Amino acid sequence: MHAAWTGRALIAVAFVATFALGVVAQRSGLFDQIAKYRSDIIYLSQQQMKLVAISGGLAIAIGVPLGLWLSRPRMRRVAESMMQALNIGSTVPTLAVLALAMTFLGIGTVPAVFALGIASLLPIVRNTYAGMLGVPPYFVEAATGMGMRPMQILTGVELPNALYVTFAGIRTALAINVGTAPLAFLIGGGGLGELIFTGIDLNEPGMMLAGAIPTALLAVLVDFAVAVVSFLVVPRGVNPLR
Amino acid sequence: MIKLDNVTKAFETAAGTTLAADHVSFEVVEGEICVLLGPSGCGKTTTLKMVNRLVQPTSGKIYINDKDTDAYDPVELRRTIGYVIQQIGLFPNMTVEENICVVPKLLGWDMAKARKRAAELLDTINLEPAIFLKRYPKELSGGQQQRVGVARALAADPPVLLMDEPFGAIDPINREVIQDEFLKIHRRLKKTVMFVSHDIDEAVKMADKIAIFRAGKLEQFDSPDNILAHPVNDFIADFVGTDRTLKRLRLVKVEAALDAGAPRVTGDESVERAAAVMNEHRHDFVVMVDAGGRPHGYVARDACTGRTGTVAEHGDALPATVGLDDDLRTAVSMMFMHDTRWLACVDRDGRFAGFVTQKGITSLLGETYKVAPRTGGR
Repeated sequence: MHAAWTGRALIAVAFVATFALGVVAQRSGLFDQIAKYRSDIIYLSQQQMKLVAISGGLAIAIGVPLGLWLSRPRMRRVAESMMQALNIGSTVPTLAVLALAMTFLGIGTVPAVFALGIASLLPIVRNTYAGMLGVPPYFVEAATGMGMRPMQILTGVELPNALYVTFAGIRTALAINVGTAPLAFLIGGGGLGELIFTGIDLNEPGMMLAGAIPTALLAVLVDFAVAVVSFLVVPRGVNPLR
Repeated sequence: MIKLDNVTKAFETAAGTTLAADHVSFEVVEGEICVLLGPSGCGKTTTLKMVNRLVQPTSGKIYINDKDTDAYDPVELRRTIGYVIQQIGLFPNMTVEENICVVPKLLGWDMAKARKRAAELLDTINLEPAIFLKRYPKELSGGQQQRVGVARALAADPPVLLMDEPFGAIDPINREVIQDEFLKIHRRLKKTVMFVSHDIDEAVKMADKIAIFRAGKLEQFDSPDNILAHPVNDFIADFVGTDRTLKRLRLVKVEAALDAGAPRVTGDESVERAAAVMNEHRHDFVVMVDAGGRPHGYVARDACTGRTGTVAEHGDALPATVGLDDDLRTAVSMMFMHDTRWLACVDRDGRFAGFVTQKGITSLLGETYKVAPRTGGR
């Protein structure tokens, strides 16, 4: 009751603040400054989405099978140490990964995709692995006892029951990915970072915001898209949202 | 039919080799329920799992309907055996219908046929198909889930069912109900059932045969009544409990202890006539029946002596009656409740069929102790 009231008050305050901010922005001519970069925004947004799509896609394509593989009974001994290694790997700041990628792969799209992929790989592997371990062993026992083959158990029982947790990992990974993507500009990967960093260098708020605001919007959009996909793909019986 | 022939399972542990099953041999006759009973870690579950080869025996042979189970591919074998576990293990990502259809689908049934079968089975377990087919396991109560678990095991009509403490996680009241339902289904379908339990009461209720295990060894394999009446050693006597003779009450129907030649009188007969009947049969009472043969009272000797008039005038109401199909436990419980030494019994149509007495029950239960004590488990 009380929490609901507080929540509603916060939404009201946020709404008023956004409106006020809009008015101030309009008055100070900030919108006109941002609008100048319209064609840049469109081009660079597309470039950034391409980076996100490729690196995110690769991270999913590698991370999910890797998590599944680590969750297999015969991997149980090495799985925990491999997860630890991945954990340590994820503490390396993305900026450092970008620099390292540039050292070995040069400049351009390839090292950018590589670095972004590495940054978003860990949450996917970790959640896939945790999701699979979270499937109670008696489901596997029941399935085996009924005469399902290991592959049928994996795709028919284990994976669907781990999917919700796996999707949570993918969501986190893509949020990190979109948020980090502007840094790709630093190693020649392009993207909205071009407007942000140039804007900072030239001390031109309009240019900076022309990069920052679309980046924020893209992050929200991607997060929403993953949420929708997860809502639709995770079976109703194991989906707490349905 | 399930036959175990000298089956042994050895596990290598840090402390050395443990025998989870030690040269176990016994046979579950077709259509019977055999309960594997024993304390935790006695090897009963391992024995069960060797039948569908979830556990591979170290040595020995297991036959199902005279066919060596080693001759099958283990996965194919399991599809022909129903399997129910304590945690039920309904797949939460599938609806009730999909859960029941798992094995039929593995066997390559036509989907329409499998769906029809699922609806039939829900009917069998008293869940309305229209409501429950499309539900998910999380939307069912524990008892309903376990019923669906049994239905899933029966889906492809396997001749053999393996049940690993299937009703262990259900509250006592629901457990009784589900046990009764299962027995009803079993009487109709006549599957060969191997059933693991650690509860002697459940075993006595469900089993045609009980196999008691200790530390991997089969200690006694016998009918519930013989296990309770003639435990072969102290371990089994302890395990079945000091009240084991009371437990036998549950195994015997009232019909077995019935004094069927019991006399009866109608209400309009005279008390002299009633007294004569009592003398003739050497009873201290006689039951009074109405025109349809239903008991509606009794008259005691004391009430007749030196009186005149009709039976109805001097009779008393019966404190309770018991059905022929009830077990003796119910009968004895009623006797205690009404402080009486005898009870009138009625058949399925409510007609007077005779009576049971405390003396009759004790001598019936005592009979088995008078014959030469049995030795050996088989």
